[in-house]
Amino acid sequence: MGNLLEHMGIERDRIHFSWISSAEATKFVDVVKEISNKVRALGPNTKLVKDYN
Amino acid sequence: MDTCIQKIREIAFQLLDKKEVERVIGFSNGTIPMATSPITIASKQDTEKLVFNSTCGLNLANYIRQQKGKIAVIAKGCDSRNIVTHIIENQVKRDQIYIIGVPCKGMINKSKIKALFEDEILKFTEDGETLTVESSLKKEKLNKKDYLRDNCRLCQHRNPVIYDVLAGEPVEEQVLDTPYPDVEKIAALDADARWLHFQELTKNCIRCYACRNACPLCYCPTCFVDESGPQWVGKGQDKTDVNTFHFLRAFHCAGRCTDCGACAEACPMDINVRDFTRKLNKDAFDMFGWEAGLDQTKRPPLDAYSPDDPNDFIK
Repeated sequence: MGNLLEHMGIERDRIHFSWISSAEATKFVDVVKEISNKVRALGPNTKLVKDYN
Repeated sequence: MDTCIQKIREIAFQLLDKKEVERVIGFSNGTIPMATSPITIASKQDTEKLVFNSTCGLNLANYIRQQKGKIAVIAKGCDSRNIVTHIIENQVKRDQIYIIGVPCKGMINKSKIKALFEDEILKFTEDGETLTVESSLKKEKLNKKDYLRDNCRLCQHRNPVIYDVLAGEPVEEQVLDTPYPDVEKIAALDADARWLHFQELTKNCIRCYACRNACPLCYCPTCFVDESGPQWVGKGQDKTDVNTFHFLRAFHCAGRCTDCGACAEACPMDINVRDFTRKLNKDAFDMFGWEAGLDQTKRPPLDAYSPDDPNDFIK
């Protein structure tokens, strides 16, 4: 799925997959931080976003 | 390939005569030249209506589901692979289907031929590798090889993989060094150019869903685009909704698509919908060594777990 989105031109760093157990709070925090940083670096997404105006 | 039709009619006649099957699903002539449409025949007198030529680009595996009694179906290489997929997905039972296999040398790209003419095509005939196409202004003799559909050009399974009887001699299979040149060409572009490519590709889409309806894989009783609770995707022509439809439909075909080309064949706007599914076919092959519809005994990669499955994408 990530591959097809990437093929369509969605930046890879916007798509993340992870397996986190409910007991792995610190891993969850780390993953979310990493995702946030990567997505922030890319800036706002304009692809596959509906413009209602 | 024209020679197959006598054999096909003969087989169909025998099957209906001996009441071995209740109906035969095949192709008949359409209302305009270069058009053939699926037909179901229940009486042996009607077998004369059957035709088979290079314009039979739809996939008859699409019509074998939810049939009562035993039915016969005419199957090219790709159709037969979709029949296998149906068997794997419990949509039909093997013993309910009598498969008349037809070795196939490819179907023609009708849009490419239409583009040669300024006016309406009035006559289309085929003799071996030569196509003769006539309009009121001119008559062209074409080499079939130059006008094959893209998926047929890249086809590596021309002979039916499963059949009860063959209506012709098996043809030589193509062996390709690069089976996915189209996917590689898109992959070589940068992200924005790829996005533009798919925007351009789908910009004329009128959401008629002909691609979905022609696809033998799209048999959900209610398609996600028709759901209203929740409404997964908007109903209009908004480009985000159009893209969402194409992206999700393609993904539903992951590991199942045989690249039969029925979607592109059915598209009234000549959109090569295959640009989406081809990427998934390539991934299924690269990651799982999988080509859909070749083996009844194997489970498709997306519903089987193996410790060797690639999992670098999970962090």
